[in-house]
Formats: sequence, C-alpha cells, structure tokens
Amino acid sequence: MQHLKTIIKKELSDHFSSYRFTIIFALIAMVSLIVAYMIGINVRKELEGVAKPQFIFLMLFTSSGNLFSLVQFVAFFGPLIGLLLGFDTINRERNEGTLSKLLSQPIYRDTVINAKFLAGVSVISIIMISIILVIIGLGLLVLGIVPGIEEIWRIFIYLVISIIYISFWLGISILFSILFRSTATSALAALAVWIFFSFFVAIGASAVADALVPDIKQDIKVAGSEADYLRSRIINQFSLISPMHLYTRATATIIDPTRKTTQTFIEIGRMESISIARFSGTLPLTQSILIVAPYIVSLIALTIICFALSYTIFMRQEIRSF
Amino acid sequence: METTPIIVTCELTKRYNGRTAVDNLTLSINEGEIFGFLGPNGAGKTTTLLMLLGLTEPTSGSAEVMGLNPARDAVKIKSKVAYLQENMGFYSDLNARQMLNFIAELNDIKGKQADERINKALETVGLDSEASKKISAYSRGMRQRLGIAELLIKDSKIAFLDEPTLGLDPDGANRLIELIQTLCSERKITVLLSSHMLDQVQKICNRVGIMIKGKMVAHGPMAQLAKEKLGVDNQTYSLEEIYMRYFKES
Ligand SMILES: Nc1ncnc2c1ncn2[C@@H]1O[C@H](COP(=O)(O)OP(=O)(O)O)[C@@H](O)[C@H]1O
Ligand SMILES: [Mg+2]
Repeated sequence: MQHLKTIIKKELSDHFSSYRFTIIFALIAMVSLIVAYMIGINVRKELEGVAKPQFIFLMLFTSSGNLFSLVQFVAFFGPLIGLLLGFDTINRERNEGTLSKLLSQPIYRDTVINAKFLAGVSVISIIMISIILVIIGLGLLVLGIVPGIEEIWRIFIYLVISIIYISFWLGISILFSILFRSTATSALAALAVWIFFSFFVAIGASAVADALVPDIKQDIKVAGSEADYLRSRIINQFSLISPMHLYTRATATIIDPTRKTTQTFIEIGRMESISIARFSGTLPLTQSILIVAPYIVSLIALTIICFALSYTIFMRQEIRSF
Repeated sequence: METTPIIVTCELTKRYNGRTAVDNLTLSINEGEIFGFLGPNGAGKTTTLLMLLGLTEPTSGSAEVMGLNPARDAVKIKSKVAYLQENMGFYSDLNARQMLNFIAELNDIKGKQADERINKALETVGLDSEASKKISAYSRGMRQRLGIAELLIKDSKIAFLDEPTLGLDPDGANRLIELIQTLCSERKITVLLSSHMLDQVQKICNRVGIMIKGKMVAHGPMAQLAKEKLGVDNQTYSLEEIYMRYFKES
C-alpha cells in the first residue's frame, strides 16, 4: 500500500510537470469554456421574456451552440486525454531502463501497473472535475441561475460516467504501451483505435444495415417505415461495440431529463411509448439512471477487461527492451 | 574469509525463443567475496543477474540467494540485494536527492533516517555538491557514483554490479573500482561484479567465472585459472591471456 502511494505520487508529479498535461488541460479548458460561454449567452437570449423551464442549467452541457455540445465534445475528444496520458507509460520506462530500476526495488510487479492506472485515473478526474466546476461557475455568472439539487446530481453522475469512459481509453493506451516496444508505434495504434471507433464503426454499421435490410424499392412487401425502423435498429445495435456510442447513450439520458429513452425516435417500440407516456414532462432521476444502467455497466466492464489484459500481459513480460 | 555460500545456482538455464542465453549454470558464491563475472557481450551475464533477482523466470534449474528462492521470494531478495544495472536507469528528470528519496521510500526507509543516509551516501560518493542537479545533466561517471550511493542507502549485504565501469575513461574506471573495493570491504558486502574489462576485475576480485555464450567455461581463484591454462605459477599472468585462451577454445 505504501509503495503504491509512493509510485502514484511520483507518477502524479510527472504528469503535472509535463508539457503534455499542460497542453491537454489548456486546450480542453479553453474549448469547453468558449463553448459553454457561447451556449450560455444563447440560452439567456432565448429565455428573455419566457417563463423559465426546468433544468436550464443542464442546457449548458446539452445544447449545441454553433458547433457541438459539451457532451459531444467530451465524447469525441475525451478519449484523447486518456490516450495521451498512457500511450508511453510502460514502454518509455522500459526503453530508458527505469522499469528495471523500479522493479529491482523490493516491490511487487503489479504495484507498478496499478499505480500507473490509478495515477492516470486521478489526473483524468482532476481535469474533468475542474472543467465542470468552471463551467458551472460560468453558468452561474452568465445565466444568473443556481442549479437545483437534481441538476447537481445529474451533473455528478455525468462526471462519473465521463471519468470511467476516459479511463477506458487510458486502459487501451496502457495496454498498447505494454504490447509495443516503441512509443511511436503505441501512439499510432492508440490513435488508430480512436479513429476506428469514431468514424468507421458508424460507416460499418450502415454498411451492415444495408446488407441485412432489403432495399425498400426492390422489395415492396416491406413497408418503408418498417424497413427504416429495422435499419436504424441494426445500426444502433452494431454501434454498441463502440465505447463512444455507449458513452453518448449513457450520458444523453442522464444530462437531458427530457429524453426518456436511449433509443432514437424512430426505434421507440409500443410498450416503450406507453411507458414514456406515464411521464409527461421530464423523467425522474432514478428512472434516468435505470435506463442508462446497462450502458454504464458495459463501460465499466470494458474498462476492467482492458486493465485485466494489461495486468496479465505485464506480469509475464520481460523487463528488458529486446 | 568465511566460506558459507550465499548465492547458489544449480543448472540454471534460460532460453529465449529457442536461443540459450544461460546454459546449465552451476555456481556458488561465498559470503564476503568479490566474484568477477566475466564474458563478452551477449554471454548471459545480465540474464543471470536478472534470474537471481527474480526479474526473469529461469527456463529450468534453480537458484538461491541468502537461502531464498527468487521465483517465490523475489521481493525479500530485492530488499536485501542492491542491483546496479548496466544502463543505470535513473529517472533523468529527477535530481539525485529526489531519486534517492524515491528509492529510500520504496525500501521502507523513511523520514530522518532516510535523510541521514542520503546525505551520508552523497558525501561518500562525492556528489553532495551536485545533489540538486537533474540527473539528465550528469556525466556517466556521476551516474555510476549515484548508483553506488543507492547501494549505500539500501545498506544491502549483497550487491550485483552489472558492468559498472562501462563507458568510463580509464581514470574514472579506476577510481570507481577503488571506491567499490573500499566500501565493500568496509561493509563486508558480497559482490557479484559483471564485466568484460579484465584488468579491472583482476584488481579486486577474489574469484572469477568466465562465461562464454551462456556457458560458464571456468571458475575459481585467478591464480588457479592461470596455472591451468597458461601453466604459470607466479604473478606474471594477466587475466587477458586466460580469457583469450578460453575464448578461442569455445
Ligand atoms: N528478452 C530477450 N529476448 C530475446 N533474447 C534475449 C532477451 N534478453 C536477452 N536476450 C539474449 O540473451 C543473450 C544474453 O544476453 P545478456 O544476458 O544481456 O548478455 P550480457 O549481459 O552478458 O552481455 C543475448 O544473446 C541476448 O540477445
Ligand atoms: Mg549485460
């Protein structure tokens, strides 16, 4: 335990004194501040002379100003934080020989990998917490509204899911830093996975859907809307292999109480619409949580799998760079 | 000198994808002895040290360090053995004091005791005036001395020194060797010193082992090896000659 703390402490001070951290942090803080500010101004303008609806505060996160919403921004660029924090964590130490120095001290081998992961998660948490705090502060200033208890809870859950999501990417990059001896290779591999999940899964999903669902024009028996429904269903199921998609679904319902399902409009089934009808207005927090629970669990499972894989490989690996 | 074996290996073997790095090594090293581990690059010296520390698993055979098995009690062994690796492996963006502090903490040496030992060690190796310089600005010789400081802080009874004079100029190498010799005889440290620099090993080692392509081709006191191989009795042999003899034969 003591050794774990010692190594975490060192890892943290490495992170905080690195240019890499400063640049990530500055970039992300800047973008989210600008976006939040623009959205804040927009929302305030639109609210002028209108009775204030519920959950205005959450709009800071969900409404997409001119470009994208903060939620979308984190879904897309959040992975980069995780990747940048971890892609060279083991292989750089192996190449510089510091890994053997570390492991020739009286510590267990897993202490090193645990410490690296935990330190990364702490940095991710610090980045996310400070950004969300700044956005809340900005919201208070621009909107002049204090968030309600439920809004704060929702923001908190959003924060936790985001940390898990980015930690998954940290896990991926640590895994690559264990698998590949060169830091350039592990960086490229990590980027490739990121690009694959952000762009190609969507393209692949539509391709699969097109292949499985007969073309509407050719087959008249399948009614147009039904085909659309099927297509969209397939695309969504297929997209679930992407952690980005899992994350977007999990957070959308949490941060936006007017959403009552993780499905897109076209897919809502009959029972689901009956269930939704029970809640005119917004969805209670507990219901929101129930709806996204499977996605959160999947995200956690993915993160754990990633870490377990890194752990097992690292425990059996040679410590020299050959 | 005592003659209790403190490091024992029995048919220790390590294979990397079919290539044998260490081949049936059977060896015993006595307490308080300075054992010279000789061999060209790639002979398997480092691999042997790593196996003794439990940092690499042997393919077959067994080893014991202070009666402990590296495969099971690696952490205990590592708390008693100081290992100075070939390329030093210090964190170059720390300064000497921070590095030694980190190592002390990992060895459960804390607070005042750690400070005292670190100051004393830095003084002994002559780095006290440069302790707050980043290690990246250190010369090769300074890094080696920092390695010796690490050994002093851990206060271990056994030291594995892997090519400690590698890359040093002759003068620096000599001074380092003398420092090692003084400290180890003062503190009765058992030393396993690997090197391919024969003259230095000759100066301080009680016994040597010659390893070529993973095989220990000979070991024993230097006079004995000289007698066997060169047929000379007096002090005129050089290790160089002995070594070249074995090298040509294998
Ligand atoms: N991780 C590894 N994978 C494959 N071969 C290795 C590995 N580590 C060492 N070797 C090989 O084992 C042999 C012994 O290496 P080493 O113990 O470093 O020699 P020395 O320290 O005597 O120079 C070398 O031929 C080296 O190429
Ligand atoms: Mg070597």
